[in-house]
Amino acid sequence: MALLEVENLRVEFPTRRGTLLAIDDVSFQIEEGEVLGVVGESGAGKSLTGASIIGLLEPPGRIAAGQIRLEGERIDNLPYDELRRIRGKKIGAIFQDPLTSLNPLYTIGRQLVETIRVHTDDTEAQARDRTVQLLTEVGIPAAERRLGSYPHEFSGGMRQRVVIALALCANPKLIVADEPTTALDVSIQAQIIALLKKLCRDHKTAIMLITHDMGVIAETADRVAVMYAGRIAEIGPVKQVVKHPKHPYTIGLMGAIPIVGRDIERLTQIEGSMPRLTNIPDGCSFNPRCPKVFDRCYVERPDLVPTGETTAACWLHAKEKTGV
Amino acid sequence: MSDRLIATSPEPALLELENLSKYFDVSKSLLNRTIERLPKQILKAVDGVSFSIKPGQTFSLVGESGCGKSTVAKLVVGLHKPTGGQIRFDGTNVADAKSIAQNAALRRRWQMIFQDPYASLNPRWRVHDIIAEPMRVFGLAGSSTELSKRVSELLEQVGLSAMDGEKYPHEFSGGQRQRVSIARALSSNPEFLVCDEPTSALDVSVQAQILNLMKDLQRDIGLTYLFISHNLAVVYHVADMIGVMYLGRMCEIATPQDLFRNPRHPYTRLLIDTIPDLEMTGKAREPVAGEVPNPINPPSGCSFHPRCPLANDRCKSEIPKPIHSATGMVACHAAEEGRLPAPQTVAPA
Ligand SMILES: Nc1ncnc2c1ncn2[C@@H]1O[C@H](COP(=O)(O)OP(=O)(O)OP(=O)(O)O)[C@@H](O)[C@H]1O
Ligand SMILES: Nc1ncnc2c1ncn2[C@@H]1O[C@H](COP(=O)(O)OP(=O)(O)O)[C@@H](O)[C@H]1O
Ligand code: SF4
Ligand code: SF4
Ligand SMILES: [Mg+2]
Ligand SMILES: [Mg+2]
Repeated sequence: MALLEVENLRVEFPTRRGTLLAIDDVSFQIEEGEVLGVVGESGAGKSLTGASIIGLLEPPGRIAAGQIRLEGERIDNLPYDELRRIRGKKIGAIFQDPLTSLNPLYTIGRQLVETIRVHTDDTEAQARDRTVQLLTEVGIPAAERRLGSYPHEFSGGMRQRVVIALALCANPKLIVADEPTTALDVSIQAQIIALLKKLCRDHKTAIMLITHDMGVIAETADRVAVMYAGRIAEIGPVKQVVKHPKHPYTIGLMGAIPIVGRDIERLTQIEGSMPRLTNIPDGCSFNPRCPKVFDRCYVERPDLVPTGETTAACWLHAKEKTGV
Repeated sequence: MSDRLIATSPEPALLELENLSKYFDVSKSLLNRTIERLPKQILKAVDGVSFSIKPGQTFSLVGESGCGKSTVAKLVVGLHKPTGGQIRFDGTNVADAKSIAQNAALRRRWQMIFQDPYASLNPRWRVHDIIAEPMRVFGLAGSSTELSKRVSELLEQVGLSAMDGEKYPHEFSGGQRQRVSIARALSSNPEFLVCDEPTSALDVSVQAQILNLMKDLQRDIGLTYLFISHNLAVVYHVADMIGVMYLGRMCEIATPQDLFRNPRHPYTRLLIDTIPDLEMTGKAREPVAGEVPNPINPPSGCSFHPRCPLANDRCKSEIPKPIHSATGMVACHAAEEGRLPAPQTVAPA
């Protein structure tokens, strides 16, 4: 049994003009201690998938179908209080803006100590010791002396370190990190990625790492899911997906990324842009932009099928290629 | 050691910056200062920057947030007044162009493209009028049929359709809006475009479209670019020359090949070390510790010294002077003293 199982997840937004289908039949698993990268362009549904897992979908958004199981137990239909207990204790969260996770009115020492005490049996003194230890571990110099500082007294990079300490303090099984380094400078970004990787290895924590940056995924993830228009286009071991992508979207995406040392005059160009939710084409949602499109793609929606070492949702890789 | 070296090289530069500086007074108000007995605070956003761009080439500025890239861009297009130094465009010191007519004649030869294509386009105007505006401002409009014809041409040149002129900015995607800004920038027939993070707000597939378009335009109409980005891979792809900035100063100038194969400035080496390894060679990276210090009270001497593995006493007290070579520049004592280790990082391929 995998640590996290997401099965046929469907997220909808009821609107006046009808229901928008934002996540459409998404399934994947995360093993214990594994880093699953989730990449895709903005609006692909990465954050909504993450929010569904940590139970932070904002109404009117709702899980309309499917299941999410952590260690075999469903967490998608829990009452609010139960969910809050699990979030923090079993699932930690890190967001792009560290200030969404920190309370500006409390010192960082207070916030960490409180969180530890809510989720463990530690005494005040034990929680304090653990706070200092965690802050040191995430690279806050002279942690003991910074306990009394407020979030605004830290730089963006330092704040994100504090948030990582906060996410780790109850020893969760899984951390959902949504664009944790996007707002940071490149040198700080590299530091935070290295830190996340090391901590999760040391603590055997699994990570769902959401980002639009394929480079971050290549450096960090064990497996990667490529999302497009609310679905998974391709999922597989990171090396396979990066070096030998199978889905035409992944192939285009990899060619579109400028790489140092790759001397080419033009980047691969995928024409157009991702469709809006109001306007998702029938059949394969990538069909208006796909260089390999054929008849079947306009009528039937491809499901994920294993193809070599990855799994891709594309009719080119279906067992029987012709027909309709 | 003279900054003239670049200036006197055979092919004349289109743009030359010499010892350019921009200081901002970021002190509290005089009253508060007097009450709290605070000194005046000066932020040196750009401090003695020199470089030049040849016609038809792309010069890229890279560096982390706050290093002064956008300030250089704004100085170049005249949105800021320099504290010191010169900006020469096609041989004329821009600050010296006294008469309004002389100024306008110069000014219409360059245009700027910003990071956020939405904020820079007037939401209440139709795209047609947005694109036509620079032509009207510079009196290039002609009759309204001529104007419409030119706008249609421009729209097609940037990969949109002539009919898109009737739409408003909100009806376009981010990438299409950036195409509109490019069409607008091109409408006054400039030779030189200053592009400040033009693709940073865009998805990679759309970024590829815009970068390809910019390269096509350069090839077809010989545009010269000052292209600012914090993304080293993007810069490698577009630039003929790259300048690396840190806390308002230029660390190193080199061609992309030299910069990535043989980086000389320790800060350049740090930056290159942060590039995620998409080739998946599995090489181990040791991210450099520390963060960019507060620009209001930057470290003495070489402002990179607190983070530099090669720093010595001289670095703490003396600002390194630029050392020019045939193709570039580096400002570092270790480079000058010949105690620079061979670069650890070699660009893949
Ligand atoms: N109008 C201003 N008044 C005061 N300080 C300013 C002003 N404009 C810029 N600065 C400061 O000057 C420095 C350089 O800013 P600049 O915007 O040029 O950086 P940048 O390299 O473009 O950074 P980014 O990558 O974040 O865009 C920063 O410390 C900034 O806070
Ligand atoms: N509150 C909301 N109401 C309606 N649509 C939403 C809402 N939140 C997100 N969406 C839509 O759901 C899709 C997926 O969003 P998101 O998961 O945030 O994308 P990503 O994180 O991949 O950029 C997008 O099309 C987005 O516009
Ligand atoms: S199913 Fe068809 S349109 Fe979709 S990615 Fe495959 S070939 Fe392209
Ligand atoms: S001058 Fe000194 S501190 Fe500055 S980069 Fe060179 S060696 Fe490092
Ligand atoms: Mg998101
Ligand atoms: Mg800027």
